[in-house]
Amino acid sequence: MAETPVVVLEKVNKWFDDLHVLCDIDLSVDSGEVVVVVGPSGSGKSTLCRCINRLEPIDSGTILVDGAPLPAEGKELARLRAKVGMVFQSFNLFAHKTVLQNVTLGPVKALGQPRAVARERAMELLDRVGIAEKADRYPAELSGGQQQRAAIARALAMGPKVMLFDEPTSALDPEMIKEVLDVMVELAEEGTTMIVVSHEMGFARSAAQRVVFMDGGRIVEVAPPERFFSEPESERARDFLSKILAH
Amino acid sequence: MVASFRVGPIAPLRAAATTYVELVRNCPLAVLFVFFFFGLPKVMGVYPAYTTAVIVLALYTGTYVTETIRSGINSVAGGQAEAARSLGLTFPQLLAYVVLPQALRTVVAPLGNLFIALTKNSSIAFTISVGELTGTAQRVGNATNNYHAAFLAAAIGYLLLTIPSGLLFGAIERRVAVKR
Ligand SMILES: Nc1ncnc2c1ncn2[C@@H]1O[C@H](COP(=O)(O)OP(=O)(O)OP(=O)(O)O)[C@@H](O)[C@H]1O
Ligand SMILES: [Mg+2]
Repeated sequence: MAETPVVVLEKVNKWFDDLHVLCDIDLSVDSGEVVVVVGPSGSGKSTLCRCINRLEPIDSGTILVDGAPLPAEGKELARLRAKVGMVFQSFNLFAHKTVLQNVTLGPVKALGQPRAVARERAMELLDRVGIAEKADRYPAELSGGQQQRAAIARALAMGPKVMLFDEPTSALDPEMIKEVLDVMVELAEEGTTMIVVSHEMGFARSAAQRVVFMDGGRIVEVAPPERFFSEPESERARDFLSKILAH
Repeated sequence: MVASFRVGPIAPLRAAATTYVELVRNCPLAVLFVFFFFGLPKVMGVYPAYTTAVIVLALYTGTYVTETIRSGINSVAGGQAEAARSLGLTFPQLLAYVVLPQALRTVVAPLGNLFIALTKNSSIAFTISVGELTGTAQRVGNATNNYHAAFLAAAIGYLLLTIPSGLLFGAIERRVAVKR
């Protein structure tokens, strides 16, 4: 029997006032799968990520994470959020805490891990993303690429079932993009379940099983990366690709 | 506390906090003094004028402290709270470990100003005959017919209280700032 998918969305709808940002979204992500989400600005990619760990509530439909529906705000929800790691475009590291404290805060406060255990695990993760020597620095003392890698370590420290990345490299200088993507490719190879909003085609080609193309709040096309980038089926995807390839 | 109600997710608490802040903050202090001095005994029994003065000053300054801390909370970028939520922290944890520590850093200076204002506002308590500095100066002036000297002494008295508070808050500000 197949494992239950890690994330399932069924007929998900969301409005911001009268703007229909997500229309009848159906998506299922298996354990170990990497899904890249692309689409024009305003198509609802960020909103999709934010709904999956319920930073935004949805108006109708269901979202299951690890087989369980998203609970309403409260302790239950906090527990569920711990299963969903989120990496933001703007890093959002806690400015008043060192890198190490950033990584241990969640495990200690939300999961109740003993501080020493959390520290040790955090150092392993920082080592894995290549910034162990920055553990006692404050975020402002790090480059963008290092901050984003710290943010990835912070999310991983919760032992999430799925990692969400919302344009993790689009606030970075070109030379730092690679160091972050390398970490992400490595995670993918180790079998981390990932949903990645990103227009980095190289990453999609080397790590993703599927590309999801969104436009106007709908999923327009789902295809393996090779096929999506070389011969997209829909007119809108072709149009979109010609625009991002133009520069 | 009240500041966290004002930004918190619980609507009745938020409404109560807002009502308190808006009611008290928008009344002149002298009116509040008189109102509590004559009104409070009717509901809660008689308090000495001094107690009334302390209650009123606390309530009044409290509104400003609330608003100052709230502005501090709002100055902490939304992304910080969002990151904390996505880690599975509950709302009280998010406030305690992420938002308030950063907010307090930005509000030390304005809180210092409030504390100094509190010292000076105590002068208005003399409208309900509490023996504070300004009222005493008035009486001394009456008795000796030398208002200039009496009020100069009072002014020096206030400065003796406010200048060290100013210095103290300056020092606190420097201490928390280096930790960034
Ligand atoms: N909090 C909000 N309130 C109202 N409208 C919002 C809010 N957040 C997003 N929107 C709107 O919802 C739509 C989808 O936004 P979303 O951020 O999901 O798009 P996106 O695909 O991530 O775009 P981008 O590539 O620019 O990041 C946009 O039209 C946006 O203006
Ligand atoms: Mg976005």
